[in-house]
Amino acid sequence: MATGNGSEAAQGLRMVAPPLVYAILMLAIPLLTILTFSFLKDGYQTVIREFTFENYLAVWADPIFRTLMLRSLWVAGLVTLATVVLAFPVAYFLSFVVASRHKAMWIFLITIPFWTSYLIRVFLWKVILGYNGVINSGLKSLGIIEQPLSFLLYNTGSIVVTLAHAYAPFAILPIYVALEKIDRSLLEAGRDLGESRLMTFWRVTLPLAMPGVLAAVLIVFIPTIGDYVTPTLIGGGKIPMVANLIQAQMLDIDNKPLGSAIAVTAMGIVGVLSLIFLFLNRRFLRVRQ
Amino acid sequence: MRGGGLRAYALLYLLFLYAPILLLPIFAFNSGTIIAFPLQGLTSQWFEQMWGNATLRRALGNSLTIALSSAVLATCLAIFAARASTRYRFPGKGGALGLIMLPLILPEIIVGISLLVVLLAAGVQLSILTVIIGHTLICMPYAVAIMTTAFSSLDKSLEEAAYDLGETKWSAFRLVILPLVMPGIISAMLMSFTISLDEFIIAFFLAGNEPTLPTYIFSQLRFPKSIPMIMALGTVLVMMSILLLAVAEYFRRRGAARTGQSSSGGLL
Repeated sequence: MATGNGSEAAQGLRMVAPPLVYAILMLAIPLLTILTFSFLKDGYQTVIREFTFENYLAVWADPIFRTLMLRSLWVAGLVTLATVVLAFPVAYFLSFVVASRHKAMWIFLITIPFWTSYLIRVFLWKVILGYNGVINSGLKSLGIIEQPLSFLLYNTGSIVVTLAHAYAPFAILPIYVALEKIDRSLLEAGRDLGESRLMTFWRVTLPLAMPGVLAAVLIVFIPTIGDYVTPTLIGGGKIPMVANLIQAQMLDIDNKPLGSAIAVTAMGIVGVLSLIFLFLNRRFLRVRQ
Repeated sequence: MRGGGLRAYALLYLLFLYAPILLLPIFAFNSGTIIAFPLQGLTSQWFEQMWGNATLRRALGNSLTIALSSAVLATCLAIFAARASTRYRFPGKGGALGLIMLPLILPEIIVGISLLVVLLAAGVQLSILTVIIGHTLICMPYAVAIMTTAFSSLDKSLEEAAYDLGETKWSAFRLVILPLVMPGIISAMLMSFTISLDEFIIAFFLAGNEPTLPTYIFSQLRFPKSIPMIMALGTVLVMMSILLLAVAEYFRRRGAARTGQSSSGGLL
């Protein structure tokens, strides 16, 4: 195996070193710093090097944190449900209906909106749903309503719509990849053994697609929890989520230890929930092997 | 036609995906100062206003510098990671690659805030350089994904043939492997460029007083007066993104064709 100098392992380590060192310096160390800060005391605009659990006690006792964390989980859960349920038929269509020479084109079409400015896409939902927005002004000029509907914007529902739109391709692609891996002869076998189309889907296709569905759930759920832009723009600052709290503590209030404790707690909760979710669905992950 | 219902659903879904973007040019050319129906008249004044805006030009310059630097850095680092991941087995491989790919699922606010804390503690002045550091970090996983596909489709015997013909490790890489993965490199750079150009949160935390396009847009969204101009700017940005992605996709497919695989895959 080994050509030139050193064993394969040494060569591999040398090869991975530049990106790894970069990730350690710019990601691992900052994350560890946040973790360390969360156990330190806050002095005014500085951090006192003294170990304490105070920040965590303050976080858990804080009703604002509890409200915002629960809201973030609720919003992210709704977004994940909406995205994955809406995305599954599209992924199925891509994998089973679209001719293989057209697949790349369809995937390209689905991913384009994802790559265009996130900020502008979020703001456009404000334009669509707003008091003088597209829906209201459209309905008014058609004479369907007299007064603009005020329930469209600045609520959890509008945040969910916006985020579900933003994360759509994230849900489609993993499910599509899982569906593509399914051996088509298994489906034929199901049909030959007398299962109906629906039962074949339920007993063969869906379980085999589950690893993709689980990946889609996590890849949508985790980033949405920490979304900052959408609650700021669409919620109009009235429906803050946990990211807004972290930003406020870290920058506006400048209590870095408390802000770090909030960030660490939020990540911990998300991590634990993800692990529980994977554990509950472990039988689907075993299917692959 | 097979799957008629599904096809109709997929088309509706595409409409949902594109609805906001389709509104952009409509309002960018609308002469009304508020973003609402009915439309007023046709105008190009918002584009002219955009062109004459000095802060915006500065933001554009900053954003292009940041995007270009991050794209080059992220792709260079990704080449090492992807080569290591496809060619070598070594201890701690899963953990090392896991850490490199972590920004893909980590909320950006966590990446931004933790980098900010460390940079401030180290006494680094916030500037476009600090944004480049952050953007390189979040572009790297995407570049690694693209480069891994490019490297894993390589036939190992080509490399071995080069050694047998007397090439050194470096010259074999330069003469045989590099040309074959070149489409992947271009594709990864374009993808990273696009991501960096659009990225807001990290730029928001790490740019200090320097504007970038997204942070400038964010600051203007509060003022109803500047919204039509932002619509014009959005139209230009979306056109640019689509163009860059189309070129990236073209190179990705050419790379796939060069190494002889089918091109039905995605950008991700």
